[in-house]
Amino acid sequence: MKRTVPLLITAFGGFVLIISYFIPATQGWGETVAIWFDVLASIAFILGGANLLKIHLKKVSDWQSGWGFSAVTISAFIITLYVGLTKMGVNPSTNYPDYVWSGSYREMGAPFWWLYEYAFKPLTATMFAMLAFYVASAAFRAFRAKNTEAILLLGTAFIILLGRTFAGVFLTSWLPESLSGLRIENLTVTIMQVFNTAGNRAIMIGIALGIASTSLKVLLGVDRSYLGGGED
Amino acid sequence: MRIFAILSTLLLFFSSLVFTQAVEETVVVKASDHGWDGGDKIDLEWKVPLGVAEKVEIFKIYRSNSEDEITSIIKDEISKAVKDAKEAVTKRLFDNAERDGVSKDDKGLLQKIRDDRKKATDNASQDLSLREDEIREKFVFKFLTVAGKNETAFTVDNLDNQIKYLFKISAYDKEGNILLSGVTQQPASPIVQSFDGSRFYLGIITLILCFAVVWFIQMALKGKPLKIRKIAGLEAVDDAVGRATEMGRSILFVPGILDMNDIQTIAGLTVLSHVAETAANYDATLEVPTSKSLVMTTARETVQASFLSAGRPDAFNEDLIYYVTDEQFGYVAHLSGRMVREKPAACFYMGAFFAESLILAETGNSIGAIQIAGTAMPAQLPFFVAACDYTLIGEEFFAASAYLSGKPEQLGSLKGQDVGKVIVAIGMIIGISLATIGAITGSESIMNALSFVKSTVLG
Repeated sequence: MKRTVPLLITAFGGFVLIISYFIPATQGWGETVAIWFDVLASIAFILGGANLLKIHLKKVSDWQSGWGFSAVTISAFIITLYVGLTKMGVNPSTNYPDYVWSGSYREMGAPFWWLYEYAFKPLTATMFAMLAFYVASAAFRAFRAKNTEAILLLGTAFIILLGRTFAGVFLTSWLPESLSGLRIENLTVTIMQVFNTAGNRAIMIGIALGIASTSLKVLLGVDRSYLGGGED
Repeated sequence: MRIFAILSTLLLFFSSLVFTQAVEETVVVKASDHGWDGGDKIDLEWKVPLGVAEKVEIFKIYRSNSEDEITSIIKDEISKAVKDAKEAVTKRLFDNAERDGVSKDDKGLLQKIRDDRKKATDNASQDLSLREDEIREKFVFKFLTVAGKNETAFTVDNLDNQIKYLFKISAYDKEGNILLSGVTQQPASPIVQSFDGSRFYLGIITLILCFAVVWFIQMALKGKPLKIRKIAGLEAVDDAVGRATEMGRSILFVPGILDMNDIQTIAGLTVLSHVAETAANYDATLEVPTSKSLVMTTARETVQASFLSAGRPDAFNEDLIYYVTDEQFGYVAHLSGRMVREKPAACFYMGAFFAESLILAETGNSIGAIQIAGTAMPAQLPFFVAACDYTLIGEEFFAASAYLSGKPEQLGSLKGQDVGKVIVAIGMIIGISLATIGAITGSESIMNALSFVKSTVLG
């Protein structure tokens, strides 16, 4: 029963979405099912928040290693939640000036906006910026000319990287018009449009068929492993 | 006799009026619902009088604006007029101040600018409100497209089936002079059909694929032997878990950053099921941080059931499967920190990943963990290939569950998937052949056939 009900709900939702794709009159059904998921996901936010507090409060109370990080997490969570929910420092909306909470919580200059602009955004930007260093280290390892395939990869990457810079254009600009296909910027375009697109499409076709097959297995209840094992 | 003469004159007069109206030339436009669609198309047909047809160079096609569209146009007109008026006032006052040698920071000047801008705003809004009828009349019709002189039909799409539309066709000569115009007699609305014909071929292909999958599942259940090629990444799952056990370190499983409505997350959790069972058998610690609450709940169910089927329900610790944050880089920051501090021996990345893929894989690589990744995000595959020990590329990732379970009904579905590949291959051969032959021979019929395959069959 514990698995049969979720399976039935999954199958019902999945088949409704498929039918609504082909039968225009049932498009509304598909949208309704999609809204169900949104409702479920919204309720799950509370679950996630509660779990976050539970895990980190336990770490702090047990003085586990790294409890300081948990303390920072809890503080940040509570402060942001409080500032956002109470609309701290937000001016009332001009349409409803008598209602204190009628303003937008994202109002420029408000504490919530400040937290987002001066704490959250710089932190996420920092994490994203680190990607540049990771790309460099991964490229250094991947482009070692160990065998024929690695040499081909290195050569192709070299052309692409060079072709995307001004230096690449400058280096082969002397080639005559009849050999313009060999200019690095044109080679880059050819590699990306022909070889890369061909490889990418092959992967995409495999993915599309994999998605169709997996979806069917899930809808028919053939694959129940995401619910944990196959027995009821 | 006189009466007869008067009657004849009157008859002649009225018939000449009728005759004059009858020969008044217009483009005759007919609108009818487009068959087998989702209720957003209308077919137009038009006819031009013979004497005019030879002078026509192009036709311009229009449809009536809906009430909402006209309201939006009026709003745009008002905001544009207000903006222009305010800018004009500011410019005029600044120019005057410059001429009179008054500083631009002068408080009196700034106050005057504020007051005059407010007045200009009010005036512009009022003026536009008075001209609302004029604007409505001007924007009754919306230009859609241009049709060639030999065309006599066009399908208008992106229509709303709740709105009634009028359509107008205007014929223009070479010099761009309007020759004739015509509007549909009756307003028309697209009708929602019971089946969307533009998806007919996709429906057929889907049915064949579904049938093939179900057929091979049945064959497998009846005992038909199935040969599946080895997938190195999946063969290494047990080794990775074993290694973590030997080293006395944990296993980290990352199910991507999308929610349960993404098929990649589901595929990731099916792999988690097997990893959890192996971890339970080996008595290894499995940690699953998630970026979505629903994924956390589902992962807990999955791992708990796997520990149960491994006969180790007591070893299940739900606190090891926890929610971190929905925020992409917040999640990555937690995982990276966790990896560096805890140094898990094996890292699995199974699900949908974006920019964080390389950050995670490189961090895992730097701590010397054995790493297995699986995703269907083509842009992230090169990063995983560069930084992980094994990568499940696209369809291999979706085949993982069937491969790891080894159950005949699941393996049968993989064979059914191969039928899809055959259909794709046939489609590619037909497309390439038509395009090549069409380009060599220049045959219009072959190019039409190619166009049919591309636009109708493939949608």
